[in-house]
Amino acid sequence: MIKIENLTKKFGAHISLDSVSCEFNKNESIALMGANGAGKTTLIRSILGYYHADAGSVSINGRDPIKHRVEVLKEISFVPQLPPPIKLNIEELMHYISISANVDKDKIMHYANEMKLDLATNMKKSFFKLSGGMKQKLLIAISLAKKSDIIIYDEPTANLDPKARDDFYRLLKQNEDEKVLLFVTHRLEEVKDLVNRQIYMDLGKVVSDEKF
Amino acid sequence: MKNLYLIAYLDLKESLRAKWFVVYSLVFGGLIALFFIAGVTESQVMGFSGLSRLLLMYIQITIVILPIFILITTVRSISGDRDNHILEYMLSFPISLKQYYWGKIIGRFITVYLPVLFAMVIAIIYGAFKGADIPWNIFFLYTGLLFAMSSAFLGIAFFISSFVKSSEVALGIAFFIWIFLLAFIDIALISLMMQNRFNEELIIFIAMINPMEIFRVAAISLFDPELTVMGPVAFYILDSMCQGIFVLVSIAYPLFIGLLFAFLGYKIFEKKDLV
Ligand SMILES: Nc1ncnc2c1ncn2[C@@H]1O[C@H](COP(=O)(O)OP(=O)(O)OP(=O)(O)O)[C@@H](O)[C@H]1O
Ligand SMILES: [Mg+2]
Repeated sequence: MIKIENLTKKFGAHISLDSVSCEFNKNESIALMGANGAGKTTLIRSILGYYHADAGSVSINGRDPIKHRVEVLKEISFVPQLPPPIKLNIEELMHYISISANVDKDKIMHYANEMKLDLATNMKKSFFKLSGGMKQKLLIAISLAKKSDIIIYDEPTANLDPKARDDFYRLLKQNEDEKVLLFVTHRLEEVKDLVNRQIYMDLGKVVSDEKF
Repeated sequence: MKNLYLIAYLDLKESLRAKWFVVYSLVFGGLIALFFIAGVTESQVMGFSGLSRLLLMYIQITIVILPIFILITTVRSISGDRDNHILEYMLSFPISLKQYYWGKIIGRFITVYLPVLFAMVIAIIYGAFKGADIPWNIFFLYTGLLFAMSSAFLGIAFFISSFVKSSEVALGIAFFIWIFLLAFIDIALISLMMQNRFNEELIIFIAMINPMEIFRVAAISLFDPELTVMGPVAFYILDSMCQGIFVLVSIAYPLFIGLLFAFLGYKIFEKKDLV
């Protein structure tokens, strides 16, 4: 599904991705790990088509994520490392997502409920005024409501309390079939039950890749 | 298309809630109110009277402050969203970059144009209510001029926003462009003319490539040249050009500038990393 070939991305003189090659296929749940600054986020952003690579290529179901961004992004759910300070209120944000990505608002409500996030009383609140954990819960609910073949999470549990983490992993377990689940994490023990492949990155390279 | 409207609509809604928009509307609405309170419509100075005089004063002030308002509020729109990772999330949904960029521009255009237009419409309505004659030709000319002016500076602002790295630099560039168009070109022109070294055509040409100068001249172009106190540049231009053509140019040229810069901005936006 996702094919990365000799991907190199530099920022000035700094090489963030150094000729990375790997493939992610259906029914794989991958824990992507590595020290701070290893290049995990850079790799994910390249998959999403945000970066113009210095060399190499990314293809998703055979398509270039920059040239065919709309088709590619239809297949991807994504939660970023830091929830952005979006000024839209929740109602507007949900409107944006339901129209642009054809996501059912009731589904978002449903998953928000499952994550113990009370949306109904917060609909008119600006997204950035929610607490850190509430923001993440909402982004997770949206990512689950959007039916995609590829789910990408860049450390989504940083601000979640233990209870919310359990809810999250439970929901994910229910939703990982027939998909690619790419999961950046620093805590392997938490996602052990969930993943069937581990990738370690360091200094912009994949240093180990195990399936089990 | 639906995504284009979606982006424009949401940007509009977001702007309408923003504090800068309140200030912005109050400034232009307040200007009109102030003119009425000061009795501008009743005075008879230098041949202008009533609403014509009020509209002229309004547009002369607007020409100075509208560009800087537009530049300051818009110059950070794309670069700001990129800096604080809003783009990273919002663009993870299947929306084309074209729709996102032009949707933002359309939304912003409506936000900046409507208040200045409304202020003028209110002046007309209130003036008519008080029994003044309505100078329709001036009103329509100014509607067009404000439209062209908004697009010119919005285009420039989005252009800057597409490549600039930090918000401070964006503001600095915006401020420089404003001061440059507002003052330096005029000062340079006047000194050229005083030295009498250049021919008229060259001076007119230099003046005419500056959209701000065009607006200034266009704003008084419908008045009798004998009566108006206009700068020497304006006099040269109006003296040597047919009025109709000049009015057309004064609207078409800034519109073109705005679209050109907006388009260049889009090309840069498309070519650069999104986060
Ligand atoms: N936009 C950018 N400009 C300059 N350097 C960047 C940029 N984005 C990332 N980098 C650099 O690339 C390297 C990899 O960053 P990346 O964000 O991919 O790390 P990461 O593995 O996600 O780390 P973390 O675990 O801290 O999130 C870092 O050294 C970082 O400084
Ligand atoms: Mg990261």
